[in-house]
Amino acid sequence: MSASAVPNGLRRAQADSVWVRRGLTIAALLVVGLLIVIPLVNVFAQALASGVVVYWNNLFGDHDTFESIKLTLIVAPTALALNVIFGIAAAWAIAKFTFPGRTLLTALIDLPFSVSPVVAGLIFVLIFGLQGYVGPFLRRDGYAAMPYLLAGLAAAISVLGYLALRPTHREARHRFWNYPWSTIVLGCALVFAIVLLPQLYLDVWPHGKSLKIIFATPGLILATAFITFPFVARELIPVMEAVGVEEELAAVSLGANGWQLFWQITVPNIKWGLIYGIILCNARAMGEFGAVYVVSGHIAGQTDTMPLRIEKLFQEYNLPGSFAVASLLTLVALATLLAKVALDRAEATRRRAAAEETTASAVETTS
Amino acid sequence: MASVNRQVLPGFALSLGYSVFYLSVLVLIPIAACFLKASTLSFDAFWHAVWTDRARAAYALTFGAAFIAASINAVMGLLIAWVLVRYPFPFKKLVDSLVDLPLALPTAVAGLVYSALYVPTGWLGQYLVPLGIQGAYTRLGIVLVLVFVGLPFVVRTVQPILEDLDPEMEDVSASLGATRWQTFRHVILPLLYPALVTGFGLAFARGVGEYGAVVFVSGNMPFRTEIAPILIVARLEEFAYSEATAIAVVLLVLSFASLVAINSIERFTTRHER
Amino acid sequence: MSIAIERVAKRFGSFVALDDVSLEVPDGTLLALLGPSGSGKTTLLRIIAGLEIADAGRVISDGQDITHQAARDRKVGFVFQHYALFRHMTVAENIAYGLEVRKAPRAEIRARVDEMLELIRLDFLKNRYPGQLSGGQRQRVALARALAAQPSVLLLDEPFGALDAKVRQELRKWIRRLHDEIHVTSIFVTHDQEEAFEVADRVVVMNHARIEQVGTPSEVYARPATAFVHQFLGNVSSFRGTVHGDRFQLDGTSSYFPVQERLANGPAVACVRHHDIKVHAQPNGHDAFPAVVRHVNTAGALIRCELERSADGSRLAAELCHEHGVPEGLHPGARVFVELTNVRVFADAAQ
Repeated sequence: MSASAVPNGLRRAQADSVWVRRGLTIAALLVVGLLIVIPLVNVFAQALASGVVVYWNNLFGDHDTFESIKLTLIVAPTALALNVIFGIAAAWAIAKFTFPGRTLLTALIDLPFSVSPVVAGLIFVLIFGLQGYVGPFLRRDGYAAMPYLLAGLAAAISVLGYLALRPTHREARHRFWNYPWSTIVLGCALVFAIVLLPQLYLDVWPHGKSLKIIFATPGLILATAFITFPFVARELIPVMEAVGVEEELAAVSLGANGWQLFWQITVPNIKWGLIYGIILCNARAMGEFGAVYVVSGHIAGQTDTMPLRIEKLFQEYNLPGSFAVASLLTLVALATLLAKVALDRAEATRRRAAAEETTASAVETTS
Repeated sequence: MASVNRQVLPGFALSLGYSVFYLSVLVLIPIAACFLKASTLSFDAFWHAVWTDRARAAYALTFGAAFIAASINAVMGLLIAWVLVRYPFPFKKLVDSLVDLPLALPTAVAGLVYSALYVPTGWLGQYLVPLGIQGAYTRLGIVLVLVFVGLPFVVRTVQPILEDLDPEMEDVSASLGATRWQTFRHVILPLLYPALVTGFGLAFARGVGEYGAVVFVSGNMPFRTEIAPILIVARLEEFAYSEATAIAVVLLVLSFASLVAINSIERFTTRHER
Repeated sequence: MSIAIERVAKRFGSFVALDDVSLEVPDGTLLALLGPSGSGKTTLLRIIAGLEIADAGRVISDGQDITHQAARDRKVGFVFQHYALFRHMTVAENIAYGLEVRKAPRAEIRARVDEMLELIRLDFLKNRYPGQLSGGQRQRVALARALAAQPSVLLLDEPFGALDAKVRQELRKWIRRLHDEIHVTSIFVTHDQEEAFEVADRVVVMNHARIEQVGTPSEVYARPATAFVHQFLGNVSSFRGTVHGDRFQLDGTSSYFPVQERLANGPAVACVRHHDIKVHAQPNGHDAFPAVVRHVNTAGALIRCELERSADGSRLAAELCHEHGVPEGLHPGARVFVELTNVRVFADAAQ
């Protein structure tokens, strides 16, 4: 028995006999083939069964299907954008600061993973549905709360902006940077009033109109955003924690404020984690079924996303149609896998290059 | 394999045990929210909503199918992880990436294609139905699609442990006279138990909540192939919000209980670390 | 059990781990494989254990050719540097493992485990897990585990490398005593010369995939066969020179030194231990050459001084005793005269 009979750098004591190896490998490949490969190929086979022309018509000739594609292309990116903003904010807070409730917040980010999507959708219906807590109010005069929401959002942004732009060094602060509490309270009230009053005065929002959330696009966006929120945040937290701590300290000691720190130090470093999180989030957002099913209302052509459209076509026994839509989503899934592999490789080479660099510079300094 | 920590898709870079612990804590929160609503029902009405024969059948099917699927995944996942880590074969990288497909693929697509495969005219059904194996619109179909959905969880939790396994352990075991099988059973497998239990827990939790895939495959026949989430949706469509919430509460409580059980098994398997 | 290695060779890719190595290990010997990292000592040990297979050559045990025998079938006990204890098993279960896999009767296993625990004096830790033990305790358990299965040969790979100095000392003495009691043929790998000398009956010095010398500790120290052995054991300074017949002429001087063994005429290397280098203030008629003191270190048991030869600027070091205090005139920049004693001359192998 020569060394070449031992596979792949395994030591001799770890080498299983040839039959065991072959048997297990074939068994594993059979499982993967049966469970994953065959269904994957079948999707495309069924979609193209009647030829490319029929396939095309199924997708773009059918009005409702086409609308569902457009709807998915609105809902998923919007949910994605929301999740990126909130994900960065949450990751920033968790990674950079300690505050009471930090562990709880981290755990809450995992919440959507732990409940059935149906239950998640159910909770939204409980809040915004016709018989829910806020539902009747929304129906009667849905836009009445908008001015206050917008004003509140503006006030929150101004507080964050104040904290971000505040110079780090005490000596650099003058005038109102030095009285945080009073400034924030006054500033909040001021911004709130400034944003609120014109809306009320100019009567911007319609009266007596119902604001549809459930059974309409906003509900779909909300439900999708809830389910996919963890992907971006979870990818960013470890990256932010690990990244550039020394660089950040250096920047802070040189007087950079929060805003500069974020853009110039943090963002370049979290680039890859962010892209990764976005890709995962998008895949899940486009494919989400359970939660969206519950909040959707199934009005064909209006509130059916692509997964819901698949189900509707399936119920109508239109298999070629539903497989056509399924094939599009499968392509997105495959693209996601490809992107993941590419990113992994890029990350590995980047890490190897960084390691070589540090050893090279270490050698330089010692010789 | 290079970047191990990125091997797992949807953020499951969770460490052993941590994930199941948090999952169990987190189920408490929706329970609280649903509880608020469900508490509008009187105790009788609540009981009446959640403990019908139909509902009981749905719970049994939901948890039973998820359990069986997760158990199958534990075995298959271990097999796949072992082969991926230890043996060379062509296109290994491709197979490794494909293992993540169930995480990236929309559940509706999974359900659709699984049901189409196992009907008598399907690619697999044409061979299996004459043998008496009905994959579509049966409980077997539900289990099959849940196995698909949960497969990556076990593979990805076990894989890093296998990769980091100290080869000296196997050297020692061989020098002490053990056969490969003995080494596997007594030395390697016990070190994998925590990861297997975690993977099982994750696959189980996923299976219990799965909706999209099952809807296509099961046919949703009450008492036979209706899972609890489908029952919840049925109630919602009747605008019986309170009843739907009541069933959701039961589902959440049962999920919580099973996650706690899995977590304690996991702590048992790592008792030697403390 | 005696072991014989015949012309064993092993490569890993392009790296040559062992190059035509032959060795005889008589039954009952406690042998040390000593050398720097990469010298091949661990590879040789693993080949004896059956954890590697030699590319060429034979391994013979008590007359039987076991070159291709699986590790599992050789009755070897192996102890690793990092213990490799099964952390999910208790101490007792670890020790019992070798017997369990051979399906020994339960009563016998229990008796043997108790016997071993008593031997290593850790009965009170019987039901603990390895994670709860100290490093020294773990290593003793690893030894007990290896010995429980009554191996014919005991192999240890840098067994004390992961322990701190004091524990290392204790375990060295302990393993010497154990061997005196049990007389199992034992081979251990170390890069620590002190350890090899203290514990072993015979020492094998290895370097770059070859055996440089085999002998008892005193043989190897007093009569090193090659320049490498001389340099590896103890602190040594080397000097270039030429061999003429039976004398060695130090380059740049007219000093001659006797040559211990026949060497071909031509370039050669002389090695002198630092404490054999004498430093004088005056030439005094000895064969001393001039040098300048560059650095003096008086902290420690010996006075260490670094000198620079005036002839060619090469550096050497000398160690002097504190007996008479620091000699006058021994300060940086001072001109002194260096006398070499106990000079050993070797062929000039490219080092």
